[in-house]
Amino acid sequence: MHGLVRVENLVKRFSKTRLAGPNQEVRALAGVSFSILRGTTLAIVGESGCGKSTLALCLACLERPTSGKIWFEEREISGLHEKDRRVIRRQIQLIFQDPANSFNPRWTVLEILTEPLALTGNLRGEEMRSRAGGLLSQVGLSPDMQGKLSSELSGGQRQRLAIARALALEPKLLILDEALSALDCSVQAQIANLLMDLQGSLKMTYLFISHDLAMAAYLADEIAVMSHGQIVEQGAPEKILKQPQSRITRELLAAVPRLDFSPHRTAES
Amino acid sequence: MMRYLLRRAAHAFFLLIGVSLLAFAFTVLAPGNYFDEMRLNPEIAPETIAALRTQYELNRSLPVRYVHWVSSVLHGDMGFSFAYNTPVAPLLLVRARNTLLLTVTAMLLAWGIALPLGIWSAEHLGRLPDRLVSWGTAALLVVPDLALALGLLVIAVKSGWLPTGGMVSLNFDRLPFFGKLRDLLLHMALPVAALVLSVLPTLVRHVRAAMAEVLDAPFVLAAEGHGLRRRTLLYRYALPAAANPLISLFGFSIGTLLSGSLLIEVVMSWPGLGPFLLEAILARDIYVVIGGVLLSTLFLVGGNFLADLLLYWADPRIRTETGP
Repeated sequence: MHGLVRVENLVKRFSKTRLAGPNQEVRALAGVSFSILRGTTLAIVGESGCGKSTLALCLACLERPTSGKIWFEEREISGLHEKDRRVIRRQIQLIFQDPANSFNPRWTVLEILTEPLALTGNLRGEEMRSRAGGLLSQVGLSPDMQGKLSSELSGGQRQRLAIARALALEPKLLILDEALSALDCSVQAQIANLLMDLQGSLKMTYLFISHDLAMAAYLADEIAVMSHGQIVEQGAPEKILKQPQSRITRELLAAVPRLDFSPHRTAES
Repeated sequence: MMRYLLRRAAHAFFLLIGVSLLAFAFTVLAPGNYFDEMRLNPEIAPETIAALRTQYELNRSLPVRYVHWVSSVLHGDMGFSFAYNTPVAPLLLVRARNTLLLTVTAMLLAWGIALPLGIWSAEHLGRLPDRLVSWGTAALLVVPDLALALGLLVIAVKSGWLPTGGMVSLNFDRLPFFGKLRDLLLHMALPVAALVLSVLPTLVRHVRAAMAEVLDAPFVLAAEGHGLRRRTLLYRYALPAAANPLISLFGFSIGTLLSGSLLIEVVMSWPGLGPFLLEAILARDIYVVIGGVLLSTLFLVGGNFLADLLLYWADPRIRTETGP
């Protein structure tokens, strides 16, 4: 069975040109390889600064990798011309961490949703409105919200709106770049369940990028742990949680907050 | 909307009254007047001067003269010019027209260049195009307007390509229509170039800063991720989002249409408000001076008012803040 996405030895270097002295070079990705099967979720987990977001931008065709290959539906996309990359971009949508900055602050919910809709089809006024309404109810928002500004919504509503906007283009791959990290716990759980429901009904493929190993284990079929631009450990969630092989995985595991009500501890204290 | 408009209009009205009071008081209270120099002339009898002073109410008290002046403004003649012996308004209007011909052309050109240049610079932030623009605007900012105007004049004189003063040639009346147009444009070239170069760096830097901030926002990245064209993204998507500070700046540009070119007009002997007001100030032709100040203020207030209206129209957030 072939994957939807296959990444091979991806490298991304950023260089800062200076007027004097040698150029500084930052290696964000140092040879990353993985693949994602259709309809499944791969979680990439790592500390901040390990290259997760750069990976997301490269996959979404928003950055060009320095070297390496990305196959999307058996087509190499990293070396394509800008014009073709624009078409590919529609099939790979990104959801960002901070839903407050993800929308044009002047636009109403309807305008936010019709921007991608206007790109895809030849929908006219009324059709557009009903399609927008459909998208809103798909993510659990009320269709009456169309006239509101994004600043009038709560954090969770904004993230639902971001998902609705991404769905408007009917993407095959959804990249969630720390998409739950800015939300509080109960809202995180709601959005996570929404994502699972959508995956079930739309057969979508997710790349879930996070520093939260517990949430990754809950959502993903497979977890890859990243550190310093490389994947240090990869496997099924149970395996990663139960038998962490690398130091970085153990550190990430220790960072997961836990409610521990085991009887002997309460007796001790 | 109505309340917002009314509040803005009331604001503008009181500002105009305040400026007119101050301009009037300062100009009238300044030592010396138009007829002082006549006294040195032995051929003019002191009685004649005294009669003229009475005729022009120079002996009356300040409040009385202010009230009379205001009523003459309301009748549309803005007082009397001592030097020209006619009402001020028609004199000012001709000069203001000449000034506007210059400044409106320069403003449109400057914005027409600044927008694409600033956007181009912001698009390549920190890379070579951006650095070129930054250095270029820095160099222009360092050179004083006067030096810039003089430099252009030197070039024109040495090369002989362009006329170096005035608005039309001596034989203007005999030229055919297109000859007239060409003559006028040739005369405008130097002062317009000087004006454009003097305002361009500020405009470019504002456009660059506003665009750079918006292009950095995730919502632009999201839009790019939807597969928008680069041009659409920059001009239809990012530019409107960056527009607020630029609209305010545009209002300011309109506000300075009458006052921004005075120096360059004097240097390049353009028959606009600049040389006219300078002459009036030196001769203490007070009503001309006050009229000039008031007209410039009217533009400044009008420009800001227009900017407020444009902001209101362009940004739904301001609309919700100020209520319907």
